[in-house]
Amino acid sequence: MEILQQLLNALPGSVSQGLIWGIMAIGVYITFRILDVADLTVDGSFATGGVVAVMLILNGWNLWLAMLVAFIAGLLTGAVTGLLHTLMGIPPILAGILTQLSLYSINLKLLGKANQSVNVNQTDLLVSLRWVRDFAFHNPLITVGLVTVILIAVLYWFFGTEMGCALRATGANLNMSRAQGINTSFNKVLGIMLSNGLVAFSGAFLSQYQGFADVKQGQGAIVIGLAAVIIGEAVFGKIFKNFALRLLSVSLGSIIYYIVVQTVITLGLDANLLKLLSAVIVAIFLAIPYWKRQYKAKHMVKNKGGKANA
Amino acid sequence: MLDIKNVEKTFNPGTINEKKALNGINLHLNEGDFVTVIGGNGAGKSTMLNMVSGVYPVDCGSIVIDGIDVTKLPEYKRAKYLGRVFQDPMTGTAADMQIEENLALAARRGKTRLLRVGITAKERKEYKELLKILDLGLEERLTAKVGLLSGGQRQALTLLMATLKKPKLLLLDEHTAALDPKTAKKVLDITEEIVSKNNLTTIMITHNMADAIRVGNRLIMMNNGKIIFDVSGEEKKKLTVSDLLEKFKVSAGEELNNDRILLS
Repeated sequence: MEILQQLLNALPGSVSQGLIWGIMAIGVYITFRILDVADLTVDGSFATGGVVAVMLILNGWNLWLAMLVAFIAGLLTGAVTGLLHTLMGIPPILAGILTQLSLYSINLKLLGKANQSVNVNQTDLLVSLRWVRDFAFHNPLITVGLVTVILIAVLYWFFGTEMGCALRATGANLNMSRAQGINTSFNKVLGIMLSNGLVAFSGAFLSQYQGFADVKQGQGAIVIGLAAVIIGEAVFGKIFKNFALRLLSVSLGSIIYYIVVQTVITLGLDANLLKLLSAVIVAIFLAIPYWKRQYKAKHMVKNKGGKANA
Repeated sequence: MLDIKNVEKTFNPGTINEKKALNGINLHLNEGDFVTVIGGNGAGKSTMLNMVSGVYPVDCGSIVIDGIDVTKLPEYKRAKYLGRVFQDPMTGTAADMQIEENLALAARRGKTRLLRVGITAKERKEYKELLKILDLGLEERLTAKVGLLSGGQRQALTLLMATLKKPKLLLLDEHTAALDPKTAKKVLDITEEIVSKNNLTTIMITHNMADAIRVGNRLIMMNNGKIIFDVSGEEKKKLTVSDLLEKFKVSAGEELNNDRILLS
């Protein structure tokens, strides 16, 4: 009973965190599912978003303007990875790792130290974990929830335009895309940029939410993003077919992830084991489709030897 | 309409896998020509089409489409002038996208893609009418994912996509080879219908000698990266399959070795 009480108390916080990371996971969805590229830039660009936003806020910038600049900084990090891949022929995973590594230095330089706090009592912020129980518009659940809905609407519109369709086609079939006059290199760069823009935007939210920017805040972000995408698909894949709903399922997947994390911690799991647990869960979920195919292939051979195949 | 001048291509030069795929190809096509291409394994047929469409750069020579030198243009820019159908039905369409989305992508070939809507209501109506011509029941499945279609349906759809915006040149790379005989015939019938209706300049690679003779107004035979036989008009119509095999033996000094031809 006491544990249940604790869980309920922690729920608004978990959902807020899930919503914030959900924006990041939507970014991962764009590269991983739409573009069919595993982009590891996100571990760096997530921190970049937070670092840029916090530094600008501390310098007295308008909050939304700081968010916009964080988004643009994310676009730039994506452009670097995209160009490393398309212009220099580096495999996308390695290109992402290179950018991620260089971003660590850049983030340190921008921040001047390993972490920098923004105190919500001294500085105006968009979201803060202090407000998760406030019955007001500035409650992160409402602010981030609204922003997520707007972002999904904009992405839904964008992926329905000629440019968005070309981006989807690039991820679906490179040969076909080129035969239909689509510049696949440009679209890969565009997709990776857009993804990292969202990731940095999410990082900017998280820094304000937790009250500090940390150069390590993006560590393992890709795994959390993938977990959200996979959980979302596993839970809502059968009922959410529409593109906007699929993006929503990613955000919901992220919320579920944080509720599960909160639950296992409340139940007494050593928090240090959390990343290991996340990685194992993602690995298993990534393996399931492969195992399914293998099982089916074996089964077909057995069954279709005779009449069915004749 | 098409001028290929002295095009050469060597794959993996300087390695043990070096392969001279094209050995000085010269080909001129007039507007409205429908050329069928036959030849043995590794004769350079597909490489020739890939050179025209820009999949690989040429080693030397030039390729001119309707007065425009495309030799140095990247593949996606040449696509403006070309309609292409591939041997593998999976290649020409995006499986994860809807039938109408695939068509809408093709309708914008050669145009700059900006933030206009990706498919309009007017287009949907047009596509429905166009798909009716194929007579495959696809007009009722506009929003179905292409991955659900059969190989023959996908090839027919690819053909429609390749010709949705009239190309200066239609390139068919053994586009019926992966289909069963009945479906292959249907797709070839649709091909002939579309080509003659739009008066398209076409190059079709085929392994079926009878088709190569029956379809189109000109036939070329390739061997070892060269065109060894080029025949058109009345002379082509009078050809028989045994003529072709004989012709190959005389020109190439060996039997025609194409496993698909031998099987068909």
